[in-house]
Amino acid sequence: MTVPAARVTAAPARARLGGWSGAGLGVAVLWLSLLVLLPLAAVVATGAGDGWSGFWSAVSNHAALTAIRLTVLSALAVAAINAVLGTLIAWVLVRDSFRGKRIVEAVIDIPFALPTIVAGLVLLTLYGQQSSIGVHWYATNQGVLVALLFVTLPFVVRTVQPVLLALDREAEEAAASLGAEPFTTFRRIVLPAIAPAVASGAALAFGRAMGEYGSVLLISGGLPRTSVASQYVFAQIQNDEYVSAAAVSTVLLLISIVVLAVLGQVHRRAARRG
Amino acid sequence: MASDLLEAPVAAPAPVRPVRPRKRRLTRYALRFVAVAYVAALVAMPVVVVVWRTIDQGASTFWHAITAPDAVHAYQVTAQVAGLAVLINTVFGVGVAILLARYRFPGRSLLNVLIDVPVSISPIIVGLALVLVFGWTTGWFGPALQNAGIEVIFSTPGMVLATAFVALPLVVREVLPVLEEEGIEQEQAARSLGANAWQRLVRITLPTVKWALAYGVVLSVARALGEFGAVRVVSGDVSGQTQTLTLVVDERAEQFEPGAYQLSVVLIAVSAICIVAISLLRPRGEC
Repeated sequence: MTVPAARVTAAPARARLGGWSGAGLGVAVLWLSLLVLLPLAAVVATGAGDGWSGFWSAVSNHAALTAIRLTVLSALAVAAINAVLGTLIAWVLVRDSFRGKRIVEAVIDIPFALPTIVAGLVLLTLYGQQSSIGVHWYATNQGVLVALLFVTLPFVVRTVQPVLLALDREAEEAAASLGAEPFTTFRRIVLPAIAPAVASGAALAFGRAMGEYGSVLLISGGLPRTSVASQYVFAQIQNDEYVSAAAVSTVLLLISIVVLAVLGQVHRRAARRG
Repeated sequence: MASDLLEAPVAAPAPVRPVRPRKRRLTRYALRFVAVAYVAALVAMPVVVVVWRTIDQGASTFWHAITAPDAVHAYQVTAQVAGLAVLINTVFGVGVAILLARYRFPGRSLLNVLIDVPVSISPIIVGLALVLVFGWTTGWFGPALQNAGIEVIFSTPGMVLATAFVALPLVVREVLPVLEEEGIEQEQAARSLGANAWQRLVRITLPTVKWALAYGVVLSVARALGEFGAVRVVSGDVSGQTQTLTLVVDERAEQFEPGAYQLSVVLIAVSAICIVAISLLRPRGEC
């Protein structure tokens, strides 16, 4: 309820740029251009440099297509799995209380803080050739999937958790008192409220999985059929095939832009409704 | 039916529980089990196994691995690259957050969107993008840089750029909401009392955002120390010269040389410290 009020006071409070702030903006934009915009433009320009046929042959050869298909399908699967299990974990962390909950809470953050190559090594130890539990997913699609599930675990949990915490429980209690089964209450009352958060968490997970490299590297074994798009691009760079690397990168950038746009749309719709 | 339920009066002080408590409890245990089992199998167990194998190989192996010359050199490279990148991103992050929160200018919302672009880009593409602009033989600025004798790619500046790129939004995204929430009354009061821009920044703005800033810096440090893909592309991955710690871990793991586990445990320990710092700083959001 306080949000519209804050917006009313904040909007006119923004000042015009003065000497210092104007110079600051200039420096910031220059730095952003040098670091981000110009390099990304160079990727697109290089990818498109040989014209449409060059671009098409770079992204439509068998190895590139295999890598892109594996990446997109794995990222979709990972987003779906972690949307469900991430919501479940967020629910348990908010609504349940048990010994060791704080430990689970801290473990959720490990994938964010752990360097990706260490994540890859760690997963290789448990699910690789020398597996301690007899699961051999080295150089398989399952191995890639596990690595992507690992690095994207926190996204849905951390976007859904605050929304669940802030959720008014009166409606749920009312539903329960009127005889609704717990699952019905969840589906009809809780789920609509957290759906935007689940969607944006899943989109973040999808985006991250699309570009993931370090955690997948060791467990995928570097075979052509288990290489994700980032590994393919890296191999092209190593072979000085910059046009081909840039073309595949352009496809990945386009997918990222679409995901960001969808994410923005979800946020805008949620903001309008809330 | 959902709207009927929502509009139902919530007068019942002790809600009737039509579902049998036993079934309810079973559901709760089942959910708890699934959540804990998933987190344990995916994250906790693998980490524990790596730490266990490291302990299993003994203290002297550990010491040899973490004091090997290329490892020690990698600590220095990592500290230098991560330190510079975090410093740059902190200054840039606070500056951009102030600009976005306090000023209106054309392209303000575009700038707000562009800040987030780096998180959704593959680190390999980040590396490729920098090579295509700053590489001596491959880049747009290559000939000019070569004439000036400035080596960016395959050298420290490129690694700093790559690390700064991937960690770009972290400080902005922590500081900006606090600045927006806080309002400008205090800064206006300071201004009317005659404080200049620098005094207002140091005395009012920075103390206001200090916890958010600390949180953002810790996130940036964790991200910078762990960066792998982008640095691998721009550094050339030369052993004993341009290798950061993550690159050494990768080399040892791929070549089946000893030491990958031990150096991973060093990185896990640093991550653990970052997680503790994050969890200590997180509830202070309102400060």
